[in-house]
Amino acid sequence: MAEIKQGDVLDGFELIEKMASGGMGSLWRARHHGVSYPLVLKLPFLDAGRDVSTIVGYEVEEMIMKRLNGPHVPRFAGSGDLAKIPFIAMEFVEGKTLADAMTVLPLTAAKVAELAILIAAALSSLNGQLVSHLDLKPENIFLTSRGAVFIDFGLARHAELPDLLAEESDVPMGTPAYISPEQVLGDRSGPTSDIFSLGCILYEMATGEKPFGEPSGKAGMERRLYHPAKPPRMINAAVPRWLQEVILKCLEVDPARRYLSAGNLLADLKHPEQVHLTDRGNRDTAPSLATRLFNRFVRKPALVSRIRAGTASMPSGPSIILAAVDTSDGAGALADEVRMEVARLLFSRQDARLACLTVLKTKLIGEDELEDRAGHSVYINRLVELKHWAEPLALPEERVSFHVIESFDVSKAILNYAANNDVGHIVMGARGSSALRRHLGSVSAQVVAEALCSVSVVRVRRIEEEAAERLQPAQTSVSSST
Amino acid sequence: MRFLFMTDIHANREALDATLAVCGALGADRMVILGDLVGYGPDPVYVVERVSRLIEDGAICVMGNHDEAAVTGSAGMTPNAKLAIEWTSRQLGPAHLELLQHLPVSVEEEDRIYVHASAHEPHKWHYMSSVDAAERCLAHTASRLVFCGHTHRPACFHALPGQAARSFLPIPEKPIPISAARRAVLVVGSVGQPRDGNSAACFAVYDDSERTVIYHRVPYSADITLRKIKDAGLPEWLGLRLLVGR
Repeated sequence: MAEIKQGDVLDGFELIEKMASGGMGSLWRARHHGVSYPLVLKLPFLDAGRDVSTIVGYEVEEMIMKRLNGPHVPRFAGSGDLAKIPFIAMEFVEGKTLADAMTVLPLTAAKVAELAILIAAALSSLNGQLVSHLDLKPENIFLTSRGAVFIDFGLARHAELPDLLAEESDVPMGTPAYISPEQVLGDRSGPTSDIFSLGCILYEMATGEKPFGEPSGKAGMERRLYHPAKPPRMINAAVPRWLQEVILKCLEVDPARRYLSAGNLLADLKHPEQVHLTDRGNRDTAPSLATRLFNRFVRKPALVSRIRAGTASMPSGPSIILAAVDTSDGAGALADEVRMEVARLLFSRQDARLACLTVLKTKLIGEDELEDRAGHSVYINRLVELKHWAEPLALPEERVSFHVIESFDVSKAILNYAANNDVGHIVMGARGSSALRRHLGSVSAQVVAEALCSVSVVRVRRIEEEAAERLQPAQTSVSSST
Repeated sequence: MRFLFMTDIHANREALDATLAVCGALGADRMVILGDLVGYGPDPVYVVERVSRLIEDGAICVMGNHDEAAVTGSAGMTPNAKLAIEWTSRQLGPAHLELLQHLPVSVEEEDRIYVHASAHEPHKWHYMSSVDAAERCLAHTASRLVFCGHTHRPACFHALPGQAARSFLPIPEKPIPISAARRAVLVVGSVGQPRDGNSAACFAVYDDSERTVIYHRVPYSADITLRKIKDAGLPEWLGLRLLVGR
């Protein structure tokens, strides 16, 4: 291949300026008359004698970037044919990297949570497109005006495409400080590898230390399989227990004990007060020698065989279900039916979380009655009713959360909550009563029309029939007179 | 260009018609049939005549082991296959046998080779059912891409030149990228007797500008084929297996 130089044009992409480049290829700022956003071209070094992994990394990045959408990845602008001059043209992402935001550590818990929410939202979008990044680290995450943006998909995996990197080498692929235990063992199919890596990043932000250091060899990387990280609060006492709980849950060695989706992690990050504290959050000592020995010689072999057996797979169904419950008029039968529908959805995916939402309708202007006659807060009353509604589901604390939202627009409140919290399925009731339908029935119609996720609208036949009957008499009299 | 691949029709008229109806809507530039027009199924005459017309319209067709056996005899086949091929030979007229007899064993076109079983000793009908078989196949051809059938199970084997091959189980209707740097053996599943647990007919489309292969599945009325198999006095299992795709 001839030397690439400034001013060269590849398939319409004009090379403007060479940027600092990595070991795998060169990077160029570029422009194209048909593309309005700033571009960068990535040209892999494919000269003779190069490691074959350079070609594979290019193939992987090209095939995956081509299929990704949304604000959390650079836009894909085109690629060159591997048989001619291979390149990937993509959007030049403006902004700082997460590494830039981590020059002075530790960060405050509030700052960690703020950044973590951005990254978890981006990860949820990525994983939702069936892609695992598998090389998440501060340098690969940009913080932009549209949220976190991931770059460098050379190690990524798409659940429905051939994994060109599987069994590529005995040396684990990834960055030693952030790689998940299953990746260390050569398993790239685990859907929560990225969550482990994100846990390493959060740990570093909160404590200033990397949870497993920066090991160089495979043995050093394997250590994380049996030697858990020190609890963050031992390093930085200012880390709140809820944040330690979240970080250590991300860092569970057993993928089954981790957050099973980025959406679930996001839910905890957004509602710290509802994080269910376990031993993880309360831990304040490093694991004892006995624990470490047990982990190494008993738990680790069991884990290794489980991971090797490939039991991990992408869970199906929504990870967060939103139940919009109206408890205001004790709508018994309908609320019961909504709960049954929710139970069916929860049954199909054992790690799915339920967010119970009720909207406290406030007036647009003026004073609202926020206390009832007995002086009880209306807000608290609703919360109590909501918890009472969910009780028959018998969900453990970590699978359910409760939200009373004040709003004058009920459907907007439901839609906003769903969009901002990565909800995968909304369940709500529709009312049959004609009088109420004008005010409330339109809520479900609007949610169905505007939601970005699936919506189940529950009806109760008896309520519908009664409502229809109330409408009937006038019509009947007309028909009987003819 | 888009190339459409069908294989192992096995005298199954219902599966072929359903597949061709879907293929017609796709509008591929070139059709390739990878052998085994006959054997097992109850409609050998119909299928040979239909394929003959497709060939007249520009399709490429290579020979399969059942096509060969219909002409030269069923030595070495399983009892069911043997019974069926002997029955098949009696149904076919001289013109049908003439067509089967003159099918080429393999066809090469640009960077592709089309063959029923394997580019490695094509006449020995080796099954492409392992990474090793795929590597042997690639070692015996200069073509970058091999399209074959014979196993009745869709599969994709791919490798960088000189590197170990890997296998990938195609997911129906999801394009599989095959980069220009990569060699591949694309085993197209069977139209007329799928054996991968999915009873729907299988065919594949390769797009050489997108550099992708898509495996499509087409459901058809296998119960009609089953009844015809019984009526013809062929072993009933040959019909029952169509219902379950095994």
